[in-house]
Amino acid sequence: MKLTRGERVFSVFNLVILSGVALVALYPFVYTVSISLSTAAEANRDSLHLYPRDVSLAAYRLVLSNPDILNGFANTILRTVLGTVLTVITTALAAYPLARRELPHRGLATFLILFTMIFNGGIVPTYLLVRELGLLNSVWSLVLPAMLTAFNIIIVKNFFQTIPESLGEAARVEGAGELSILLRIYLPLSKPVLATISLWTAVMHWNQWFDAMIYITDDRKQVLQNFLQRIVIENSTIMLDLGMTDLNVTQYTPETIKAATVVVTIFPIICLYPFVQKYFVKGILLGGVKE
Amino acid sequence: MAAEASWTRTYRRHRGLLLLIGPCLAYFLVFHYLPMVGLIIAFKDFVMSHGVLASPWNGLDNFVRLFASEDFPRALRNTVLISLLRLSFGFVAPIVLALMLNELRIGWFKRGVQTLTYLPYFFSWVILGGIFLMLLSGDGPANNIVRAAGANPISFLGDDLWFIAVLIAAGIWQSAGYGAVIYLAALAGIDPNLYEAASIDGAGRWQQTLRITLPSLVPTIIVLFILSLGQVLNAGFDQIYNMYNPIVYDVADIIDTYVLRRLIAMDYALATAGGLFKSAVGLVLVVGANWMARRFSDDEYGIW
Repeated sequence: MKLTRGERVFSVFNLVILSGVALVALYPFVYTVSISLSTAAEANRDSLHLYPRDVSLAAYRLVLSNPDILNGFANTILRTVLGTVLTVITTALAAYPLARRELPHRGLATFLILFTMIFNGGIVPTYLLVRELGLLNSVWSLVLPAMLTAFNIIIVKNFFQTIPESLGEAARVEGAGELSILLRIYLPLSKPVLATISLWTAVMHWNQWFDAMIYITDDRKQVLQNFLQRIVIENSTIMLDLGMTDLNVTQYTPETIKAATVVVTIFPIICLYPFVQKYFVKGILLGGVKE
Repeated sequence: MAAEASWTRTYRRHRGLLLLIGPCLAYFLVFHYLPMVGLIIAFKDFVMSHGVLASPWNGLDNFVRLFASEDFPRALRNTVLISLLRLSFGFVAPIVLALMLNELRIGWFKRGVQTLTYLPYFFSWVILGGIFLMLLSGDGPANNIVRAAGANPISFLGDDLWFIAVLIAAGIWQSAGYGAVIYLAALAGIDPNLYEAASIDGAGRWQQTLRITLPSLVPTIIVLFILSLGQVLNAGFDQIYNMYNPIVYDVADIIDTYVLRRLIAMDYALATAGGLFKSAVGLVLVVGANWMARRFSDDEYGIW
């Protein structure tokens, strides 16, 4: 393809600008990783901290030996695994009947579910409900209220509707029940959409902090994001007090500890990111704007 | 009688499907519709020990108290202002990004830029807020640059105007890459024959962008714009909560942060009234926006 001079200038300009955009997108993370790996003196140096000149793992040693952080990590893994598994199973169970035209009162059932997308009770009544159900300070308070969402159900339902009805019909003639048609015919054909839902839900659970902030008051049950919040947002000194009794006190600063905690929290998402990305575009396009 | 008999027959025939949808609807009734019933607290003098139902009604007293307070009207104003600022500055960012990415001819570079720009979308605002607090602190790298340029350090998070600017900019940084995906999909859907025909007619790439690419995006742009108007009362709670501080409450306190503070203070009735106001107005806005989007696109676009 032949380009005019103006177009070639534009191409170069475009390339430069987008490189700049990519750098701006990346820099905050580079800074954080660099600080987390710096010695105290290096972290205090006036610089952009693109990389650490003096490397120290002291902040990581402190963070990874902190019982709150480790406990939070375990609680976050628990809510993520439990929440994701339950969401995928119940979403499939809910989406299947809605995908079938012969479901009695299908329109009403769909409306009841969809309506929750645009109106809800808000945080106070939901908090009171969770409290009444006796779920405060339990992992169930983090899993149940967010288990089934209209959004996920509709996405899976729409996918199920692309599966030819004749497949289920054939099994039904042979006497298969609805549950076994769902399990043996629909689910194996729906792996892409189930993978999408799983990854979205897992990332959501990993990042969620607000529910834990209001439902969990017992630190032994608290999740990682909320310990992170105390350290980086509220500048709590629990970690620092711990550090002061350590002989390596010149090895870290509040900033290196904060940065190391951030890196520890985002590391699992970075590991999942290639998979998330693969199903990511699909997810937005399935739900964002209809067809 | 005959009708009833056919009803039971229908139910019996579809017992399997009904058994599957039953628990799902029960879940929605408990976790979504019961809290809606709980909204009656907004019209009650709620006493925890009496419970939701037994607490005495007090009409619109809570709403009167809400609007007579100093904080709620301010929170409402801030919510709308921040949303409108996000819309004015943030709405075009993903469109421009998508158009620029679309012009890239080097595959790996395009994928690389995309991957990096939508990475922040996958982290919570606890993480991102924490990173920004470090970057923008008094002796962080942002102020190192300011000092190197010979200026006085800037209180990015303690000054009203700077705080709002940081909020909008960080919001764009977090979500522009994500937002670009929908536009890129729309761009990928443009018939390549159009470009071919245009270049045979002698149109350069600039002409093609102006005459083919942009017009093809217009429906998507208008629909997404209308739909985001429906979200004006969502000013970005997660981000603001993790970045603000009492010094900037005057411009940064929004309805959601106000409601949360009332909840923590155990002023449940006022918190519910604030939340109900937001949900009710939000419902009207979303339904209105959806109606407009559907009308505009001949029923093609809409959330439902």
